[in-house]
Amino acid sequence: MCLGVPGKIVSVDGDIATVDFWGVQRQVRLDVVDEPVLPGDYILNHVGYAIRRIPAEEIGATLALYEELLTHTEADQDLMAADVRAEIAGAGDDR
Amino acid sequence: MIANGVSELKFRDPARARALADALEQTVESIGREVAVMHVCGSHEQAIARFGLRAVLPKRLNVIMGPGCPVCITDVPEVDEGVALARQGVRLATYGDMLKVPGSMLSLNDAQAEGARIDIVYSVAQAVELARRIDEPLVFFATGFETTAVATAAAVLGDPPPNFFVLSAHKYIPPAMEIVAEMPDTRVEGFLAAGHAATITGWGVFEAFVDRHQLPVVVAGFEPLDILAGLVRLVELVRDGRPAVENMFPLCVTRAGNLRAQQQLWRVFKPIGGNWRGIAHVPNGNLRLRDEFAHLDARRRFDIDLESLWDFAPPALVRDCICGDIMAGIKSPTDCSLYGKACGPDSPVGACMVSSEGTCRIWHQYGGHPDLGGRRGAFCAR
Repeated sequence: MCLGVPGKIVSVDGDIATVDFWGVQRQVRLDVVDEPVLPGDYILNHVGYAIRRIPAEEIGATLALYEELLTHTEADQDLMAADVRAEIAGAGDDR
Repeated sequence: MIANGVSELKFRDPARARALADALEQTVESIGREVAVMHVCGSHEQAIARFGLRAVLPKRLNVIMGPGCPVCITDVPEVDEGVALARQGVRLATYGDMLKVPGSMLSLNDAQAEGARIDIVYSVAQAVELARRIDEPLVFFATGFETTAVATAAAVLGDPPPNFFVLSAHKYIPPAMEIVAEMPDTRVEGFLAAGHAATITGWGVFEAFVDRHQLPVVVAGFEPLDILAGLVRLVELVRDGRPAVENMFPLCVTRAGNLRAQQQLWRVFKPIGGNWRGIAHVPNGNLRLRDEFAHLDARRRFDIDLESLWDFAPPALVRDCICGDIMAGIKSPTDCSLYGKACGPDSPVGACMVSSEGTCRIWHQYGGHPDLGGRRGAFCAR
């Protein structure tokens, strides 16, 4: 519950954005995000809320950790990867 | 040569990792004694353990996980409130991590087995949606630090339906650092602050702490290289006797933080003193709903019958659990007689083994102090 997960905004509808997380599209709320966001921007998602717009120059470094976690391990053997997957899987289940 | 181990670990940039590990070794060496620093984030511990960072740390540098697991520090009476409400027939929604956390007598899982209705949600937004679909009251048992509390605040301000209530066990991290710093037997000489929580609060929130306690604070990210770089800077500040706040996560964390989120957080919540499991009374460490939102407060809306739990005997092993000492940085999981024996992920005795962010659970999965020739070495070859 401490580590946010970055995703790329596909579309924005009021306070809700559709966000792509490694090919999985989920809805994320924009109530507390620090700056206005547009499709193509990256945000940091935490429990279904964008807590920050990620500056473009930071995206590469930010994504590296998650790519390592998501591509090299099986979730059931790896707590940290499991938490990241749960953030992705859980967001916007209601859609 | 400890730093040689770095090449066996999976780093994005092995040369940089080696340079950082060397710098860390030299700095600790120049201090010439044991140095203990504390981080306060389950995700930092996950990354440190998962990437085997302790294998490349100097032997005389002790990196301790403090009260950084929001599930773990949720106090027993708070769990009891949720359990009692659920057993009274009130429908509850909460984060999945909370289910197995022991109360004084029962966990939410135990209550569920008895027929209590508890919905697991990923987000408070899902709890609000659930409340909209049903006619009866729904209580969201809200746990977590400020990063999670801002989501609850947004939900409260987002005009939830009248049958939606909040049982807040939210916690605020900066005051807990004060408690650790003030513990008479603390060995902690500096803090590594969690990047994502600081995204909300900003690094400026630590300036008063540094002034008061004369201990350095370094804000660090979660990537292994970010953590190493943060530790290098922190140990340099310890060496130089220079208490300061340094931000090693500058693209993510600003001095002011996310003002929009803070505005909502403090509009909805007020900080009050309260116990954290195993730590102590933490002044201003608990976030409770302000009077303006009393109509949403489960504590005011319901008569929570804690006495109903008094018929149950507490689990026998709990008195041997040292989760509190572990979160205070005084002991390690391996100091516990239950760890890995009577207490494991399938049958956790204490909160530190329940949560994926608990020190015991993390060490149980990844090992705490990995030996590169053993399990960690095999893992790294993947």
